Amino acid sequence: MKKDIEQLPQDKFERIEIDSTKAERIEKPSLSFWQDAWLRLRKNKAAIISMVVLVLVVIMALIGPHLNGHDGATQNLRHANLPPKMPGIEKLGIMDGVGNLSGEKVDLYAMKKVDEYYWFGTDGLGRDLFTRLWEGTQISLLIAFIAAMIDLVIGVIYGGISGYFGGRTDDIMQRVVEILIGIPTLVVVILMIMIMDPGIGAIIIAISITGWIGMSRIVRAQILKYKNQEFVLAARTLGTNDSKIIGKHLMPNVLGIIVINTMFTIPNAIFFEAFLSFIGLGLQPPAASLGTLINDGYKVMEFQPYVLLFPSIVISILMIAFNLIGDGLRDALDPKMKD
Amino acid sequence: MVKYIGKRIIYMFITMFLIATATFFLMQTLPGSPIQSYSKLNDTQKAIVEKKYGIDKPKPVQYAIYMKNLAKGDLGTSFAFKGKSVNDLLASRMKPSFILGIQAMVFGTIVGILLGMIAALKQNTFWDYGSTFFAILGISIPSFVFATLLQYYIASQWHLLPVGLWNDGWKSSILPSLALAMGPLALSARFIRTEMIEVMGSDYITLAKAKGANGFEIAFKHAFRNALIPLITVLGPVAAGLVTGSLVVEQIFAIPGIGEQFVSSIMVNDFATIMGTTLFFSAFLIVVIFIVDILYGVIDPRIRVAGGKA
Repeated sequence: MKKDIEQLPQDKFERIEIDSTKAERIEKPSLSFWQDAWLRLRKNKAAIISMVVLVLVVIMALIGPHLNGHDGATQNLRHANLPPKMPGIEKLGIMDGVGNLSGEKVDLYAMKKVDEYYWFGTDGLGRDLFTRLWEGTQISLLIAFIAAMIDLVIGVIYGGISGYFGGRTDDIMQRVVEILIGIPTLVVVILMIMIMDPGIGAIIIAISITGWIGMSRIVRAQILKYKNQEFVLAARTLGTNDSKIIGKHLMPNVLGIIVINTMFTIPNAIFFEAFLSFIGLGLQPPAASLGTLINDGYKVMEFQPYVLLFPSIVISILMIAFNLIGDGLRDALDPKMKD
Repeated sequence: MVKYIGKRIIYMFITMFLIATATFFLMQTLPGSPIQSYSKLNDTQKAIVEKKYGIDKPKPVQYAIYMKNLAKGDLGTSFAFKGKSVNDLLASRMKPSFILGIQAMVFGTIVGILLGMIAALKQNTFWDYGSTFFAILGISIPSFVFATLLQYYIASQWHLLPVGLWNDGWKSSILPSLALAMGPLALSARFIRTEMIEVMGSDYITLAKAKGANGFEIAFKHAFRNALIPLITVLGPVAAGLVTGSLVVEQIFAIPGIGEQFVSSIMVNDFATIMGTTLFFSAFLIVVIFIVDILYGVIDPRIRVAGGKA
């Protein structure tokens, strides 16, 4: 056996030198944390599809109200309670303007001599539901974004200060949080909304009054985790001041978790707004939000289910999209923190 | 542990006291008055009514009286339901809410656990994606949208179950319970899935496999029991979700429960009932969270409630 190996032709082999200067060379391009996260997020089909859908909904919320020439506030009683009718699709037998009239299928557009198209139909006051739907989506998204931003700012500042300075400051701040966290969100939201004038501002304040607590706890925990690590110690030894340590060394590490948490705050705010409007405490007419539209639709569900259908679909899509993006971001930014 | 429990109980009382105080003073700033609807009364008659309900006294005195009664467990007298005490009102409405809550919780958790287990044991297959998608739907779709869908199709279009009200025995509790169950179902399904996947990868499962235990035995005897413990932590959010859900679901199905009572008392400015219900909900949630924290420490000794000693 040994001889066989010795008989192998020597010229078939080639000597390889190990170049010790290249031992430390990095073959793959170095990726920043965010590039790496993006690579991982890109593999998550559900999150990517959700992002596309979300962008589409936001675009529609912005341009939707101007698309079909109707205006969401104009009441036209002659055109009240029309079912959806859309050019093109009407030939397929859906959304063709045929609705129930005392139990019979009638083309209400022909009967009422309406030439215009109301894509998603009209409500009891003859307002165009397509326009109102996207106006409502706009308001709902606006409320959710502002509430989430307020939560973010207060939560990060409160949690950051509490975690970073520690000691007595932390003690006092955490006692306050411990008491606040015992108060059910729903109860606070409803009480706040009752004493303020109904409107967008009141809803935002009500939602964010306890909303920041979750964020502050998460940020505090993260800051506590990082503030005694070597790189912070090194920075401190070199004489870096507090604000620079927080801004340059701690925040980038906490940012991932802040982004994830915000992605879950937004759908929560959308839900609370719709919830308040649904039980009649939210926006007052004629303003529209997804919640008030669903409430309007619920009242006439038996006769004109389409009034309820479209806002329900939009709110469900929004909630699903935000949750899926949140899940995707969590897996991408912090693989250790799955659920 | 005893010290921890004592501390928590003190915090619970402080929280309840703050909620009661805040609620009381918020109620005073409310626009409108509970006796607005008695507008036909002249001033003397109004004064008599105000005296009867004790709202003629200065605010601090009213507050002191309210707190004193509260300490005795007396929530005052309702304005809207004349002469009825809030305690009686709540007691009479407790049963439907309680039944719905329990049914939703039991059904939701059992189905959720099954879904989560299927997803974990058949990871990355059709079953996994199916049940994960179902869980996402359950978390995302607002309870009132789901409730109206159920009501529209099952009750009003197909006439399978009653549309609402609480007069058809168990049948009338099915739809509202289902609507409420979506939250617990989705939460426990997601939770059990992650836990099971983690447990299935641990050493003792490998050992069980090496010893030749069959798949069924491993899943139920070894993995499931360990995955179940952390499920207690979702009880808190689930309870909060049930309370939130009950407000709209009871409204939609016209169930004479506490949630429906709360919403309708807001509409008529019935101070005493609003405060009573608020305190009831708060107390319920605070106690649930407390029990969850204690249970968690008792069941899994690895978790030190006080922290720091580990």
